[in-house]
Amino acid sequence: MQTLEALAREAVSLADGPHRVIPILSTAETEVGRQMQICNACRYCEGFCAVFPAMTRRLEFGKADIHFLANLCHNCGACLHACQYAPPHEFAVNVPQAMAQVRGQTYVDYAWPPALGVLYQRNGLTLSLALAAALVLFLAMAVAMKGSLWGAAPGGTFYSVFPHNLLVSLFGPVFLFAALALAMGVRRFWRDITPATSGAPLNAPAAAEAADAVLRLKYLDGGHGDGCHNEDDAYTLSRRRFHHLTFYGFMLCFAATSVATLYHYAFGWVAPYALPSLPKLLGVAGGISLVLGTAGLWHLNRKRHPMHGDLAQKPMDLGFIALLFLTSASGLALWLGRGTPALALLLCLHLGAVMALFATLPYGKFGHGIFRSAALLRHAIEKRLPNPIGLGAD
Amino acid sequence: MSDEEVDVLVIGGGNAALCAALMAREAGASVLLLEAAPKAWRGGNSQHTRNLRCMHDAPQDVLVEAYTEEEYWQDLLKVTGGLTDEHLARLVIRASSNCRDWMRRHGVHFQPPLSGALHVARTNAFFMGGGKALVNAYYRSAERLGVQIRYETPVASVELDGERFTAVHTEAGERITARSCVLAAGGFESNRAWLREAWGQNERGEWPADNFLIRGTRFNQGVLLRQMIKAGADAIGDPSQGHMVAIDARAPLFDGGICTRIDCVSLGVVVNREARRFYDEGEDFWPKRYAIWGRLVAQQPAQVAYSIIDQKAVGRFMPPVFPGTTADTLQGLAQQLGLDEPGFLRTIADYNAACRVGRFDHTALDDCHTEGLAPAKTHWARPIDTAPFYAYPLRPGITFTYLGLKVDDTAAVRFGGQPSPNLFVAGEMMAGNVLGKGYTAGVGMSIGTAFGRIAGTQAAAAALKQKESQHANA
Repeated sequence: MQTLEALAREAVSLADGPHRVIPILSTAETEVGRQMQICNACRYCEGFCAVFPAMTRRLEFGKADIHFLANLCHNCGACLHACQYAPPHEFAVNVPQAMAQVRGQTYVDYAWPPALGVLYQRNGLTLSLALAAALVLFLAMAVAMKGSLWGAAPGGTFYSVFPHNLLVSLFGPVFLFAALALAMGVRRFWRDITPATSGAPLNAPAAAEAADAVLRLKYLDGGHGDGCHNEDDAYTLSRRRFHHLTFYGFMLCFAATSVATLYHYAFGWVAPYALPSLPKLLGVAGGISLVLGTAGLWHLNRKRHPMHGDLAQKPMDLGFIALLFLTSASGLALWLGRGTPALALLLCLHLGAVMALFATLPYGKFGHGIFRSAALLRHAIEKRLPNPIGLGAD
Repeated sequence: MSDEEVDVLVIGGGNAALCAALMAREAGASVLLLEAAPKAWRGGNSQHTRNLRCMHDAPQDVLVEAYTEEEYWQDLLKVTGGLTDEHLARLVIRASSNCRDWMRRHGVHFQPPLSGALHVARTNAFFMGGGKALVNAYYRSAERLGVQIRYETPVASVELDGERFTAVHTEAGERITARSCVLAAGGFESNRAWLREAWGQNERGEWPADNFLIRGTRFNQGVLLRQMIKAGADAIGDPSQGHMVAIDARAPLFDGGICTRIDCVSLGVVVNREARRFYDEGEDFWPKRYAIWGRLVAQQPAQVAYSIIDQKAVGRFMPPVFPGTTADTLQGLAQQLGLDEPGFLRTIADYNAACRVGRFDHTALDDCHTEGLAPAKTHWARPIDTAPFYAYPLRPGITFTYLGLKVDDTAAVRFGGQPSPNLFVAGEMMAGNVLGKGYTAGVGMSIGTAFGRIAGTQAAAAALKQKESQHANA
């Protein structure tokens, strides 16, 4: 029936000539469209998040609207537990799930280069293979260059295992490629959703509001501040807090690396840095925060209500969480074990984890932050314009 | 605990029942709540609600301006046509002004009005997430406070000793005793046989109620309401009265809820199966008129009608859940609807010719009206002449029935004017005391909350008093 509807739309669009081509909706997109039609006639969930206020600006839901709304959804679960039309109701409304399924599809569709979009589809496997390959790479290099993985390095300096320039030549391109791939993907997403979200250009107040929503994870607060859902209809702030630990932990680690890069090139101060130094403080704080955050998110994810989101994406979620955990835990272990004969082994483990993380960054869960930020920004732009739908009751 | 006799037994699982259970528990009573529905369908009609009509003398968090007791009372008087009890109505109104802090303590969140509902920004406090979020919050709070909850436990009958409650018998055959009891099991709107009997046969030989849709829960069968009336409890209200609106005829038989409403009536015309108009579609703002259209449609042949609009109305009303029947010509629309084509064209042509279009403004009672047409359309009358044309089929959708048990301000069930010492009633089972007919948004929840809380307090007091005297005698 849904496919039939999609075909009919296509027929209409073809009949209307080349200027009005309405893209065919996928099954997941059709389902979001169907549910939004029900939600738009109800609107009880308007206070929870950005999705429903954005929905009320529309009467019909085209492909770009659906992609926009799907990435605006934070999968907080509030609208599912509050829904009078959720299963077992015959309307079978489960917005978090429908949105998650489209989101998964948008990650694939907007991956750059497009051929690598398939990496999203068996993401657990992708991450496992990337990790295995990266570990083999570093272990093999260490053995080849040092002859052994065991034995203390003088002064605990890991450049004695892998020279600085070698590491730069390995990580630099991977990092730059990841940044490029993510930028290309989100650029195309932005271009596609912009006409559907008023077409208005970026402005500073909208950017500030979107940044606030991203940095505070505003839409995991439930609209009332008590938080979102995890395993049942009770509100909890734990998801938001563990995500904060993870996000800010990651940012601190990233800052540590950036500062260290600056130290290295600008001042000629070579790693490793002692504890009171800025890179070390940032790195240790970030590492601990990441370990705690990812452990918490893992635990919450395992306990998550089965109707939240798309179960098929669990391997992607958990794989990314595990890889972040491994990266941070191995980083901390490397710091603690730097003076021991385990240095080279720990270094290989850490570098392998970091390499796998960055190599898969554009093809895994990390992308959700980029696409959601873009959607939040378009929402902040769109909501500043008058609602195009003028309801009599208002 | 489970083997020991419970202090307060609450029958029902919606707003009124939960308010009663929470109040009784807070008063120190042990409480057992029996909900007929499984957990997924818990909450009765409350899961479909969205706001509470609240009195307030000054702006109050989500409520703007003021809505005084007197204005609230006048609104109730108007919609009920005087079929109300002033003492009880004012009690409900006053309770609505100070119950929300208590509701918040039990986890209910309020929010400013939803888009499409700004007309009640002054009078109604909206539940964030709607009634199901409220019901979830109350159940969580009840569980936390130690209220025992049993789902899928419909009660077949109440056992009485004179006016005194002694026990209930579940449909599964279990006898459960308690020191006191609150009945909050809803009206009988889901009982189609009873609706048929209440509405009877019309002059066309039809049984109108057979064509009603039930907007809410399928579990409100009115079993205990009927049994209590048979047992001699004082009743109030006309069984054919209730809150009934015109909803999309394609809505499911039960639980269609809010989204099945059709909000474009005032922007076009409504014709019956004979392609004739039958009422002034533009009499007043739709939010002030939606509650009469259920009965209007119920009076039409086959209890069906069609809301007809043209392209000019698109985007000016809450989007309907089902797409309308669409045609590029009025003939085409009539054909698709199976209406008498010449008759339909004549109705529209007569209407179009009678339209005196001034300055159309769907946000005000504008000056677009008809002249020399019966029935007239007094506002928002514009010719239906711009393709495409849309039609939405309407049927009566019953929300809840008003036949109930008569109460005073203690919520006690009465037998020949004598209040029961330990049997109380709240919610739809007694809403008819305040609502003899008509409806205004959010008042059902005001009644349920006020009387649920009273019934819970009274039931706890009755149970604890009985316990005391049992101890004293022991």
